[in-house]
Amino acid sequence: MDKAFHFAIPSIEWSALLPIIIVALTGICAFVVEMFQPKRENSLIVGISVGGLILSGVALFLQMDQPVFATAGELFLRDPFGTSIQFILVLISALTILFSESYLREKRIPFGEFYPLVLWSTVGAMIMATTSNLLVIFLGLEILSVSLYVMAGMSRSEEKSEESALKYFLLGAFASGFLLYGISFVYGSTGGLDLDFVSTTWAHHTDATKPMLLFGLALMLIGLGFKTSLVPFHQWTPDVYQGAPTNVSSFMATASKVAAFAALWRILNAFGPLASYWVPVISVLAILTMFAGNFAALVQKDVKRILGYSSIANAGYVLIAFIAHSKDYKVGAGSLLYFLLSYSLMTIGAFAVVSLGAKNGREGTKLEDLNGMWKRSPFAAVALFVCMASLIGLPPTGGFVGKFLLFFDALRTGFWPLALVLAVNSVISVYYYLAIARAAFVADSDESEAKLSKMSRSSTSVCAICVAGVIGIAILYTPVSSFLAGR
Amino acid sequence: MNGVPLAAYIGLGMFMFTTGVVGVVIRRNPIVIFMCIELMLNSVNLTFLTFARYQMASMPDDRLAMQNSMMAGQMMVIFVMAVAAAEVAVGLGIIMAIYRLRDNVDIDELNLLRG
Repeated sequence: MDKAFHFAIPSIEWSALLPIIIVALTGICAFVVEMFQPKRENSLIVGISVGGLILSGVALFLQMDQPVFATAGELFLRDPFGTSIQFILVLISALTILFSESYLREKRIPFGEFYPLVLWSTVGAMIMATTSNLLVIFLGLEILSVSLYVMAGMSRSEEKSEESALKYFLLGAFASGFLLYGISFVYGSTGGLDLDFVSTTWAHHTDATKPMLLFGLALMLIGLGFKTSLVPFHQWTPDVYQGAPTNVSSFMATASKVAAFAALWRILNAFGPLASYWVPVISVLAILTMFAGNFAALVQKDVKRILGYSSIANAGYVLIAFIAHSKDYKVGAGSLLYFLLSYSLMTIGAFAVVSLGAKNGREGTKLEDLNGMWKRSPFAAVALFVCMASLIGLPPTGGFVGKFLLFFDALRTGFWPLALVLAVNSVISVYYYLAIARAAFVADSDESEAKLSKMSRSSTSVCAICVAGVIGIAILYTPVSSFLAGR
Repeated sequence: MNGVPLAAYIGLGMFMFTTGVVGVVIRRNPIVIFMCIELMLNSVNLTFLTFARYQMASMPDDRLAMQNSMMAGQMMVIFVMAVAAAEVAVGLGIIMAIYRLRDNVDIDELNLLRG
């Protein structure tokens, strides 16, 4: 240590970071505006937030066809995969914000702080998607999660909401402990935090580093398994989705899943040379996750809980893309992106319709609380039906194409048992998805008092976007998939 | 380094981590659970610092690579501590909110959410 350390300040390509910076600044801007607005008057904040997200989406669109490069001292990686994931995240965030305003007003928790929190949470998710550095992945995950803990407990006078916030917080922090401990062992064996070091270390491995690297990978899988709610780390999911405010559950089920899958994708790709170790484990997890999610959903009576189990089952489907990609690097990435996009659209659509159950400070999320929807707001009932059809995987919806792509990937790479399990599970899921759709078309038993609130213009537009998107991405499959692939 | 082998530090870290995990699983008070999670995070910090220090000793010829590698581990510790502080702020806030609602924070009695 005779010479002092010298640090070269890394050069930063600001245009690559622009989408993330726009969303972060919009969050700060919305927060400042919120301080000067009268209470319960949030339309300006909603306008600013959605405007910022649209700007960020445009910035992402413009950088879609740029070459792959790393900037900010290799901490930030610009590639088509990351940009597509960011695009999906921005879309999720804008849709969630749009249907939140009327929901929060009906639920009597019209806090303006919600919108900046969603934006900052989106920033964390976007950071997770565009890096191959484990420190930055961890940081993005925590920015995403800490905002989500606050949002889950936003309904402060409701015990259910606080309970779900506490459960989510304790399990989330527990999971990040595992993730970090895993990262520390990967660091110990490779000597760096970048995922690129993994394959070189593996190629020149010594007997000591090999088990350490595997131990680190196993711990990281546990940590991210909690976030993506893979069986056996899924127990928190239905509880938290049921208790949290519906718009927050929607954001959790989509944004945090998409970001965690993006990070898992990068990590497992970096661990590609070790595929013979992790592919069996991930395959077993995928099969367990699909069956556990679908069978547990069959007996549920609460719509948000069913959607929670549905998100567990869908996490199982997504894993097929990871397994197929390990065998042949050309398959998997496109189906993963397409599936995540269609899953996000149909899940947000379903939650947006369920959020109509909030009226005058009370909220009913049981199946029978949806009764009478067809009479009161037919469009909502139709939107719910389309989203459920897509979640089942009926043509001509995005859900069908997404499942078909995964099925085909599994067959092409020789994992036919997984394809079989996927098909069987799609059949099982028909029962509970149709139960939700049916509840919306059954007449209300008590006509005197309507339990559902009227659809506001913004939630109508969210449902319209989701329905159009779910059907549109199926019809326009070729342009959508080439757009997601960055071509 | 001072004659203490690498394995001793890693072993201590592992012991702390296991204590934390077992604590999270068996304790019923959210504040104690939270303390156990902090214990897990501190064991992570210890492991990072140990690896950073020992990596420096293992590659003495390439100064720049050694410096980058060591700083990566030490920076991680700073970030873990900062994130843990942010989590404390949010977590204690949630526990306070529950206490105000029901004067009891035992997690076995938080059972409103079930199918």
